[in-house]
Amino acid sequence: MERTAIIGIGMTKQERRKESETFSDMVFEAVTKALNDAEMTIKDIDNIVTGCNDFWDGRTISSMAVGDASGAWDKNISCVEGDGTFVALYGLTRILSGSYRATLITAHSKGSESISSLITNAMFDPIYTRPLGLDAITSSALQAKCYMDKYGITEEQCAMVSVKNHRNAKNNPYSQLPMDLSVKDVLNSRRLADPIKLLDASPITDGACAIILADEGMAKRFSKHPVWIRGVGFCADAYHLGDRDLAECKSLEKAAKTAYRMAGIENPFKEIDVAEIYDAFSYQELMWSEGLGFCEKGEGGKLVESGKTEMGGSMPINPSGGCLSAHAVIAAGLIRIAEAVLQVRGGAGKRQIPDVKTGLAHGINGPCGQSHCVWILGE
Amino acid sequence: MNKWLETVEPLVYESRIKVPYTWSVGEVGSRFLIELRDHKKIYGTRCPKCNIVYLPPRKTCSQCFFNLDEWVEVGPQGTLITYTLVHYESSMMPMKSPFAYGIILLDKANTGLVHLLDEVKSEEIKTGMRVEPVFKDERTGDIMDIRYFRPVR
Repeated sequence: MERTAIIGIGMTKQERRKESETFSDMVFEAVTKALNDAEMTIKDIDNIVTGCNDFWDGRTISSMAVGDASGAWDKNISCVEGDGTFVALYGLTRILSGSYRATLITAHSKGSESISSLITNAMFDPIYTRPLGLDAITSSALQAKCYMDKYGITEEQCAMVSVKNHRNAKNNPYSQLPMDLSVKDVLNSRRLADPIKLLDASPITDGACAIILADEGMAKRFSKHPVWIRGVGFCADAYHLGDRDLAECKSLEKAAKTAYRMAGIENPFKEIDVAEIYDAFSYQELMWSEGLGFCEKGEGGKLVESGKTEMGGSMPINPSGGCLSAHAVIAAGLIRIAEAVLQVRGGAGKRQIPDVKTGLAHGINGPCGQSHCVWILGE
Repeated sequence: MNKWLETVEPLVYESRIKVPYTWSVGEVGSRFLIELRDHKKIYGTRCPKCNIVYLPPRKTCSQCFFNLDEWVEVGPQGTLITYTLVHYESSMMPMKSPFAYGIILLDKANTGLVHLLDEVKSEEIKTGMRVEPVFKDERTGDIMDIRYFRPVR
């Protein structure tokens, strides 16, 4: 693969309700920060890919509504309706095609402006599933139960993820829910859909993120600290929940293998220094840890118990606080990439893991992690 | 501009996105739903190459991309693969909480059907339990012609 780098990142603070800002206001803030970070102006950008979801934005062709805020006038702009990791993937392929040299990627959503249960209900098949009222929480609960039963994962182990990530969020000025919690607090929080409780679930969040991808020439010209894309993998599973073995994440295993092969990684646990993974629910961090090969199948619970995924552990996961502490849908995966970039640069402030040479970022799309996208970033 | 905004109450515009919509269910969906409505029977489609019976029925095998036209009656009884007890309300939910969803593997089918569970105490719901559908008396040709699944007694 030709060498491509991430040379700028910017994000808004992630908050429960940004009442004073439109979604394009948020995108403008993130884009401005990313351009400043890259020491570029909008004139240096030759194409834009936005991440938008029409249902979350409450309007169709929402990509065009952030065109001005993304500096897209008179430029080539395209859109991905999905998580930010997939938006960035499209941007990367554009650079690799040789047609573009500097791609601006944006992603945003305002969870506060609608009713999450109704929006996520709309992701399901309107004929067979939507009339049941299933949504992101209840479908994930079906998966959590399946996974936990098969491998003997306990609610306490899931709660430990929530405790860890909310504590990590205390070091992240962009996160929404920094909290000191105990396992008991999580276990005693309001039951949503068994086995998922309020503190096992990510919050409703408003936020935006932007990153700038550049080919090698542009990266060397502009950036003192380019972070190189060493590998990317993605894979999709079936759409209907009943078609899948929900206790497994085969599409993640495949996506991870592809990314590792590209990056020349043989032992991910040893060779990756920090991981930002998509923990929309606490059980997911355990399940995705297995899919990413950080531990054996069914050992995700033991991994969190071991303390290895803590800030000071040998495989810190979600030092940003993860999605459990702030979950702006669509932006969330791009924020995982931006956080991994900061870690590789050594610029993550109080949440910095020492001596990061290789970072992993992960995003999901579709119900219960239907598709996965894995990024390996390095110096 | 931001400083000025701090001196006033930011305005929001409250409205809704609501669009009446008519989804074609297609040949496969029509046959499935007409069997539900007229005969209280549940049909899937079978891939002869992969030997997978799909429920809800599909026109295309997701594994081998083969066009499916073999119909197989499945169930009506089946086995509960996973479930969740729901404790909150949302306007799309057809029951008041607490109520349960399950994924049911109907006999002779190879893929699970997501549906509601009822006529069972929450503490009695178990993975692996045998369940059967309860149909509506007046059926209209949609998935809710199955009211819910209940334990086989």
